[in-house]
Amino acid sequence: MLPIVDPPPRDPYAAPKIDPEVATRWLVAFLRDECIERRGIKNAVIGLSGGVDSAVTAYLCARALGPQNVHLIRMPYRLSSAASLDDAQLVIDALGAVAHTIDISAAVDGYLQYEPDADPRRRGNVLARTRMLVLFDQSAKFAALPIGTGNKTERLLGYFTWHADDAPPINPLGDLFKTQVWELARYLGVPAPLIEKAPSADLEANQTDEGDLGIRYPRADAILSSMLLGYRDKQLTARGFDAAEVALVRRRLEGTHWKRHLPTTAMLSDTAINEFYLRPVDFS
Amino acid sequence: MQSDSHAARARIALVQSKPRKGDYIENLAALRAVFAQLAALDAPPQLVVLPEAALTGYFLEGAVYESARTAERFGHELSSLWRDVAGQRPGEIVAGFYEVESGSYYNSAIWLALDERETRILHVHRKLFLPTYGVFDEERFLSRGNRVQVFDSPLLGTTALLICEDVWHSLLPTIAALKGARSIVVPSAAPGRGIDGEGELLSVTRWRELLRGIAMEHGCFVLYAGLAGFEGGKGMTGSSCAIGPDGTILVKAEGDDACIVRAELFLDDIEIARANLPLLADLRAVLPDLLADEELPWSRGRSDAADR
Repeated sequence: MLPIVDPPPRDPYAAPKIDPEVATRWLVAFLRDECIERRGIKNAVIGLSGGVDSAVTAYLCARALGPQNVHLIRMPYRLSSAASLDDAQLVIDALGAVAHTIDISAAVDGYLQYEPDADPRRRGNVLARTRMLVLFDQSAKFAALPIGTGNKTERLLGYFTWHADDAPPINPLGDLFKTQVWELARYLGVPAPLIEKAPSADLEANQTDEGDLGIRYPRADAILSSMLLGYRDKQLTARGFDAAEVALVRRRLEGTHWKRHLPTTAMLSDTAINEFYLRPVDFS
Repeated sequence: MQSDSHAARARIALVQSKPRKGDYIENLAALRAVFAQLAALDAPPQLVVLPEAALTGYFLEGAVYESARTAERFGHELSSLWRDVAGQRPGEIVAGFYEVESGSYYNSAIWLALDERETRILHVHRKLFLPTYGVFDEERFLSRGNRVQVFDSPLLGTTALLICEDVWHSLLPTIAALKGARSIVVPSAAPGRGIDGEGELLSVTRWRELLRGIAMEHGCFVLYAGLAGFEGGKGMTGSSCAIGPDGTILVKAEGDDACIVRAELFLDDIEIARANLPLLADLRAVLPDLLADEELPWSRGRSDAADR
């Protein structure tokens, strides 16, 4: 009898791979190029939520620009979790970056007092957009570039507030799935509590991303990474993915294409911007 | 000649055989045991691939004349073994052998398709590139094949067979892919060398890089069955592996000894890979211009090309 060599067990839910050392080197080079080389801006502002995405972004910016040039801005609302502030403090302490805390309660409530019936989703969007308002103003104050922190998973699932989380002009993590961000965080030395806690937008009490989404991040990442290669739903279930989860991810993905684009503009001429008049973003 | 009738999935087995030099009968008996082992599996393979010179050993020199068979005889021997242990179970078998036809000898590989009713020889590929340098001496004893053909495997669809050095010339897998091959199957016998590699012989690394490159460039499966065992001090590296159309190594033999390497192929991975990296489609578009280049040797005729 000959020994039989079998392939490794086929795990459709295997996490998308990442070499964190290579990814770090690449993203640090990206940040230096976009901030310093292209724009001549040596400072960054980052909204520091206490979650892993903004922490990883802060660590990368500190490597790219030096911690003294990185402004980490905590923007708590009066109902935000106190633990988020504490976790953000761990990052501030570890990096030695410039820290600011700006309470957005008065700004948010100043508007919401006229909208007492706003449901949690609307309130969450107001919080996110207020934070982006603050972040851009702080960037002007410090001659800094706002750095986005959104990851690929939440972008693909549309789990973000349009023209808020996605507003900064550059985003180092936007092509990394959440599970890859976790691995990068471990490599960079992000404090463990931020990696181990359940991700949360912290826009409502006891909110978690995975509760909102209805699927665990590792499973969503695996489905999305195959879906983006072009696999159809039947092909995915044939490869062992759960049909209900595939349907959920497909629904979210296809229902949110618009969130990953600039506003749709009516074309009226043969010089329509980004239709006929086409220039790369870095052309000047 | 694209086949649409192939299966969605394919269970394959690469038999990394270690024949005893010159003992054809014993090697057939050993293969019978392998077939029996495969047939007894819960999910028997639908395709079995054996290496180059699978039942004779590779370095035969003048003994190739005693060991060679006609394709019909070799096919009959293989199919009889299969029928003995697997009954009427359908299957496809690929194996390398030294072929004789009308007094000419070739390094060939055969592709058999067996169903309930009959055994068909789907294709016999004759190795085009006969290494005759260094440790190799094929062309002294063998004639060259002169065509790369594709054929329809009931299991894999449009497929090509190439042998060992054939795939070291990127043109041959390219021709196979241009003719429609969705899978390229490579029986081989590779004597290992190079001890300054990283964790394995350099020649093993080089082979794997080559095979992955073919798979990625053409978006096809590459199934490589390597011969095992030492032949007069020259160790065959085995290294059998199945590579997906995006270059992923699906499975590979861990050692260089005899073993069976199994894989399940999702054949629609080919369309995904080709959509994401459409190099083959790009080549089809540019090829007419490349072939019309008057500086290429064939535009001045065959004899001129041969002189260069």
